[in-house]
Amino acid sequence: MEDLDAFRAEARAWLGANFPASLAADPDATPEIIPGGEKPAGDALLWKQRMAAKGWGAPTWPAAYGGGGLSAAAARVLAEEMAAIGAGNPVQGMGTSMFGPTLLEYGTEDQKRRHIPAIVRGEVRWCQGYSEPGAGSDLAALTTRCEDAGDHWKINGQKIWTSGAQYSDWCFCLVRTDTKKKHEGISFVLIDMHQPGVETRPIRLIAGSSPFCETFFTDARVEKNDMVGPLNGGWAIGKRLLQHERSGQGGGRLMGAGKPLPAIAEAYAAADDLGADDLRTRIVGQSIDARAHGLTMRRAAAEAKANLNPSAATSVMKNSGTKIGQDKAELTLEIMGAQGLGWAGEAYTEEERAAVRAWLSGKATTIFGGSAEIQNNIISKRILGLPDPLGAH
Amino acid sequence: MAVLSEEQSLLRDAARTWTQEKSPVSAFRKVRNAAEPLAYDPTAFAEMAQMGWAGVIIPEEFGGSDFGWLSLGLILEETGRTLTASPILASAAAASAILLGGSAAQKEAWLPRIASGEVVGALAVDEGPHHSPDKVAAAAKKSGAGWTLDGAKTFVLEGMAAGVFVVSARTSGEGADGISLFLVPADAKGVKRQALKLADSRGAANLTFEGVALGAEALLGEEGKAWPVLEKTLDRARAALAAEMLGSAVQAFETTLDYLKTRVQFGQVIGSFQALQHRAAKMFTDLELSRSCVEAALTAIDNDTADVPELVSLAKAKMGDTLHLVSNEMVQMHGGIGMTDEHDAGLYLKRARAQETAFGGQAWHRDRYARLQGF
Repeated sequence: MEDLDAFRAEARAWLGANFPASLAADPDATPEIIPGGEKPAGDALLWKQRMAAKGWGAPTWPAAYGGGGLSAAAARVLAEEMAAIGAGNPVQGMGTSMFGPTLLEYGTEDQKRRHIPAIVRGEVRWCQGYSEPGAGSDLAALTTRCEDAGDHWKINGQKIWTSGAQYSDWCFCLVRTDTKKKHEGISFVLIDMHQPGVETRPIRLIAGSSPFCETFFTDARVEKNDMVGPLNGGWAIGKRLLQHERSGQGGGRLMGAGKPLPAIAEAYAAADDLGADDLRTRIVGQSIDARAHGLTMRRAAAEAKANLNPSAATSVMKNSGTKIGQDKAELTLEIMGAQGLGWAGEAYTEEERAAVRAWLSGKATTIFGGSAEIQNNIISKRILGLPDPLGAH
Repeated sequence: MAVLSEEQSLLRDAARTWTQEKSPVSAFRKVRNAAEPLAYDPTAFAEMAQMGWAGVIIPEEFGGSDFGWLSLGLILEETGRTLTASPILASAAAASAILLGGSAAQKEAWLPRIASGEVVGALAVDEGPHHSPDKVAAAAKKSGAGWTLDGAKTFVLEGMAAGVFVVSARTSGEGADGISLFLVPADAKGVKRQALKLADSRGAANLTFEGVALGAEALLGEEGKAWPVLEKTLDRARAALAAEMLGSAVQAFETTLDYLKTRVQFGQVIGSFQALQHRAAKMFTDLELSRSCVEAALTAIDNDTADVPELVSLAKAKMGDTLHLVSNEMVQMHGGIGMTDEHDAGLYLKRARAQETAFGGQAWHRDRYARLQGF
């Protein structure tokens, strides 16, 4: 057994000496995400540099690649100590959450040495080249071509929903290397975004500006040593990465933030002016569903802690949480009435304008990360053991 | 599934083995076809009592095991799965009223006999077609040292089996104020019971009380101030019923899922059709959410926390919606065979509506949940 108490003391002392007090977060505030590659200044820069040098931005990654080399238990202790003083992890983004863990599992020694330390130091920002206009839920239908050009790979095609592509340094990307096969014709490559053959265009969504982009590759170049895994062996790696993505999609985050609906209703709706009984019934229904969802997250956590078999409950969390969030957003608008239609301007409070944007942007939650329909396919197949109507995979 | 203690796991396993082997749905069919007013198999209930199931929530000093409400819920979940008819829930509810409001003498008089299964207890609370425990017209008037009880009660679960009723009656005031609880032996003079023939073929009765003379010892708790005890008692009954509903719903779902995997049409099992798969996935999702609510309510009762009322209404409302859906889908997805009396689907559907209605339907509990949230 490792000595967690000793580590706790060590972590506390180091944090005490190195965490700039000016950055201590208000415990009630939503933590600000500082993506990898972003260039902070002042104390934020100092904090990032110190954490990068210590390797604690990626605490469980091997020290050989710049990580913290901590056990999962020690990393939990570190997270507790950081939370206690309001210290956030300055190294964030798809590099640490999705790509790094996948490369550590599948990459060559050379690839890990070239890419992992820069992620730990928060110097390189990664984006995800998965979806295409013709390959959404049916991701394996992707057609972006990757051809052998002698000393390098040549990439042609279009990706979509590449979050943050316009700010990214690198893209981990699924590409087609065999047009005669579907899943077995896909490879996983790493594309340097700073080259002439790469163009990004931000996408404006129904809620206004968004982090999403279209990304176009025209004879873009990938070095031979930047294909991860074997030629035509990228699908398994791509799916593994999606597991990291989905495990990061906690059910709670999608449920919609802000005040509970009854409190909003009290502020807006005189009891007798909007079919109050009907609205009240639906508000209560939403409140009950939200509570049931919260209790289920708690139950799943308790079961995981007691080392019971992986709870079947976890598989239902995404559809349950997203529906609750969307229902809440719809009801919020309805409660606010005409005030809930404000797009901009002085006539509306910040809360009202935010409600409209949240209502619209929330529609994405049942589409991204596996649509509600795909989640139901997964439950049907993996939990209920029903036949896959779409064939294997 | 809640994280269980070792003794709870053993209890659950024993309940599962016994119900599957000794009391499958075919046993309930026999009870139904016999059409006796008792509406359960007394031999089967004697076996259950032998295993201690009638005394799970009764303290050891009164002959029970004091395992608590989550433990009782584990048993009821299993009996709910096979639609096992028994007075365990009704008796536990009556025992709960005696435990919460009774004197030492009352506990001594009734709890050991309920725990052993010798006496069945029942709550006689409602007076109309809907659960409405503060609408009490039945009245008890002081008469010498004791009381005289007049009035009527409806939909008394296990009313034909009960040896003792916990009866709510007005002694003053209106609404929740002025309600008293009385322990009324079923054989007291002036008590009449009419057996109900219900769609779910389970046992229940309408009661009338005509000048029933009760001694001073019949008053359970304080005169006119029974509401808090009644509420707590009803919350225990509701949560226990929700656990039984969970078992019925899970079994109805699993039976349906088996059918989706075996019934062939158009040259393939119908479970390969996505339209049915997604409805199955929705039911599964609702069952998982409902289980969390039911277990949270039972655990809160065992821990005696302040959020018992809201968690119980949450559980009864959510579980009721889920059972409603699953019981309808069971018939629909089975198609023609699901409409036949020979198939079990109809038994689950009929039982479902009775479970939903007892101790407050979804609308009643949604409204109560809202009020408890200050809304």
